[in-house]
Amino acid sequence: MMLEATPKELVERKALRVNPAKTCQPIGAMYAALGIHGCLPHSHGSQGCCSYHRSHLTRHYRDPIMAATSSFTEGSSVFGGGANLRTAFKTMYQLYNPDVIAISTTCLSETIGDDLPTIIRESRESGIIPEGKVVIHANTPSYVGTHITGWSNMAKAIVTYLADKAETPPENAYINLIPGYVEPADTRHIKEFVAQLGVNAVVFPDTSDVVDTPQTGTFEMYPKGGTKVEDLHRTGNAQYTIALGPDASKAAAKELENKCNVPYKLLDLPIGVAATDRLVQALIETTGITPPESLKRDRGRLVDIMTDMQQYLYNKRVAISGDPDQVVPMTEFLVSCGAKPVYVITGTPSKYFKQRCAEILNDIVPEAVIKDDTDLFYLHQLIKNGPVDLLVSNVYGKYIARAEDLPFVRFGFPILDRVGHSYFPTLGYQGSIHLLCNLLNTILERKDRDDPDEVFELVL
Amino acid sequence: MTENYTPTSEQAAAQANQEVMRSPSPVSPEQTTTTVEEIITAYPKKVAKKRAKHIVVRDENEPNQEIQANARTTPGIITQRGCAFAGCKGVVIAPFGDCIHIVHGPVGCSYYSWLTRRNQFKAREEGQNFIHYCFTTDMNEHDIVFGGVGKLKTAIQEAYDTFHPKAITVHATCPVGLIGDDIQGAAKEMSDKLGISVMSFNCEGYKGVSQSAGHHIANNGIFQNWIGADQETEEIPGYTVNLMGEYNIGGDSWEIERVLSKCGIEVIGKFSGDATYDGAAQAHLAKLNLVMCHRSINYAAEMMETKYGTPWIKVNFIGVHAFAKSVRKIAQFFDDPELTERVEAVLAEEIAIAEAQLADYRKRLTGKTVFLFVGGSRAHHYQELFADLGMKTVVAGYEFAHRDDYEGRQALPNIKVDADSRNIEEIEVSPDPERYNPPLSAERREQLEQEGLLSSYGGMIPDMGEGTLLVDNVSHHELDVLIDRFKPALIGSGIKDKYVIEKFGVPSKQLHNYDYGGPFAGFRGAVNFAKDVDMRVNAPAWQFIKAPWE
Repeated sequence: MMLEATPKELVERKALRVNPAKTCQPIGAMYAALGIHGCLPHSHGSQGCCSYHRSHLTRHYRDPIMAATSSFTEGSSVFGGGANLRTAFKTMYQLYNPDVIAISTTCLSETIGDDLPTIIRESRESGIIPEGKVVIHANTPSYVGTHITGWSNMAKAIVTYLADKAETPPENAYINLIPGYVEPADTRHIKEFVAQLGVNAVVFPDTSDVVDTPQTGTFEMYPKGGTKVEDLHRTGNAQYTIALGPDASKAAAKELENKCNVPYKLLDLPIGVAATDRLVQALIETTGITPPESLKRDRGRLVDIMTDMQQYLYNKRVAISGDPDQVVPMTEFLVSCGAKPVYVITGTPSKYFKQRCAEILNDIVPEAVIKDDTDLFYLHQLIKNGPVDLLVSNVYGKYIARAEDLPFVRFGFPILDRVGHSYFPTLGYQGSIHLLCNLLNTILERKDRDDPDEVFELVL
Repeated sequence: MTENYTPTSEQAAAQANQEVMRSPSPVSPEQTTTTVEEIITAYPKKVAKKRAKHIVVRDENEPNQEIQANARTTPGIITQRGCAFAGCKGVVIAPFGDCIHIVHGPVGCSYYSWLTRRNQFKAREEGQNFIHYCFTTDMNEHDIVFGGVGKLKTAIQEAYDTFHPKAITVHATCPVGLIGDDIQGAAKEMSDKLGISVMSFNCEGYKGVSQSAGHHIANNGIFQNWIGADQETEEIPGYTVNLMGEYNIGGDSWEIERVLSKCGIEVIGKFSGDATYDGAAQAHLAKLNLVMCHRSINYAAEMMETKYGTPWIKVNFIGVHAFAKSVRKIAQFFDDPELTERVEAVLAEEIAIAEAQLADYRKRLTGKTVFLFVGGSRAHHYQELFADLGMKTVVAGYEFAHRDDYEGRQALPNIKVDADSRNIEEIEVSPDPERYNPPLSAERREQLEQEGLLSSYGGMIPDMGEGTLLVDNVSHHELDVLIDRFKPALIGSGIKDKYVIEKFGVPSKQLHNYDYGGPFAGFRGAVNFAKDVDMRVNAPAWQFIKAPWE
């Protein structure tokens, strides 16, 4: 049997992490850096990290993920990695000629204490970094926070290095929109969504058309997508910043406020009807737009499915695991569909997660277990002690689903064994329709599988 | 080779295989030269000088061609390489499925090596199975500042209390060495306390220059702690072998064992696909070590020979004819007519079935060209299987192999360990006063050595034809130029390159994880492989890359 060694009895663990529901900072930073046009992410550490991060993102997107590394050896680990980074600059510029290099660090260079601003400054002064080339960096120690923290740090670094406040305000008003640590399909959809509302926005970082590129018979080292540097400069003159997903996006939004006085609104990721409504409200408040009829019709279709199919989710006990920004609105969405999220966990330490999940669940599912900074081993034990009807998590949940014979919906990062997550959004009304259909169809598939012949139905 | 039974059709097919293997490159010498020049001149001067030594055009008139390998990676070049942690934990140790492997470090290293290598494992009767689990101390800032040894010891205790495994291993990651956590001391203390083997590895990611350092570190640990740990069993009768450097990716070792056991050859210890602690503990009792992946396990094979007198032979179970050759080598070693007869009967049956199924695929694949860029052994092994299909390898290279894997073990005395790899421990081994027990007489041993059977590996270079290219530690730039100029029909590589290659419109076959298929070893594996390669090369989708209006 799968995961047979997992005992039902819950024991407190102080030191041993089993089957984590998170990974480390630099992969998030690499992913955020891919959302800049013409950027080569660079991992300042030993090369194993870079290979792991590239491989993992590649498995998730089934697309090339390019990044370079400083390839530390034992010598550089003792004497510092400055020489490695200078060599890397020379090699990268001569061979790969990126417009932007976005450097993240690893536990190695962070423990050593390499001073990146100084190395970058000196490299620029000595001409190793050519004129007009952008180099940014984020410190992303793997022993602090998780991959979400890494994404957040790189998004913030983009602002720190690139956001400008021009003296003369721009002619056309626009907002900044930070989409959070989401799929390329989500960012593409968010751009369409704000365009549908008639809002001008600089969306960053933007990995659409970077990690979901078409097959053309030509490999492009720097694909079409990614937020352009000139647009990143403009973020300092925006009217407002809308930051989606507090754990990922808050740091960059706050930095924009501190650096360029751009006020910000922090919102849950628009997963489900209520969270998307709040995004629309925020856009109305910040830009004064009137939502078009087409948006109301999209919303109506989502609510239509919710009313049509109530019986299949009503009172269903659901276990949810994932990154806080995704899990919070997913929990809210499921509650609005009548389901009962009984176990809601994340591997990322997150006050936002605990607070918001409690707000959503305290009255409706008072018995719910809400826990951050925990792992899938714990979730599995919870499920053994009180079964659920549905499991929603990233790919690693499939082992629990198999062990406990649960209907399983893949959601969040990473999904390494199915296709579609990078092409179909889960944000906004349309994305939520897609997500809800996935949830419902999974439950219906299970019903068809489990029903005896005599009650097997044609129409459901 | 025995004279009992050799069907002519097999001989013909084997002959054809060899002709493909050793045939000259179909790429013209001029084009090869200009392509190599183009690759090198694009580099900054210092880098160009170094990289030039890692790229070699095969020259059959030069008996001892040299290549630079196992040197540090140029920063920024975009390498395929990983680290020593991956080589130790990820490759050699993790496949021991009934033991708990704790990664001492921040969460990433354990997470990325969780179920991503497809070393399959089946629990033994009454045995445990931890292969789907991921264990780590998940170090945080506090642990970096104040040290993580206390947390590590607690984690070992918690693992023991919850799971009661046969053994526990501990793996260091980058920061562990820097902050000075004494994981060896912690393992010793916990081993004494718990009464099970707790073995630790200082496989920090920055050690050496690649995964290779991790293999060596893992070999040292297994050899010193596990091999021979069974002190009670004195003998295991029969034609006993250990399967070494075979990691059961996609079920490879199960297919190998299926055929070996049909022949009457019994596998004792496995290093380490589908491996158990008990198998390792009894491995010293096997009469022969079969070395599949030379790079990752030759250290343990050498040390076992010194300590226990166990001889080793190099085998290749990838490819119909390579497999047959390898099993015949085992029969030659045991030199028992009964075994030899059984081996020939099994081979005749298996080859006939495989050949019948391969014929159709071969028709669709013959004459096509291949590049191979795989870790430390498969870039050589798979050339035999491609040759079975009539496909010619024109460029091949390893990520992290050493010169002996390219040039053959005769290069060993001339290899200098450079500054980057000097700190990988070489352990001193001497014959075990009680358990040294060579299965061969001195004369027989000498005879087999002269026949080139024992302790020998000829390397990849001599198996490649005139004008083919060897590229060590290939960079993205090199891959890019080579695809553009040589336009191969298929590239065997890994996950980071797969979609890069395919965006060029060239099919790519992952030869690390087999694109989630397999087994590819053995006779059934060869047929699986042929089907996969045919599907990739001849897939209808490639015709749709250009839109009809373009």
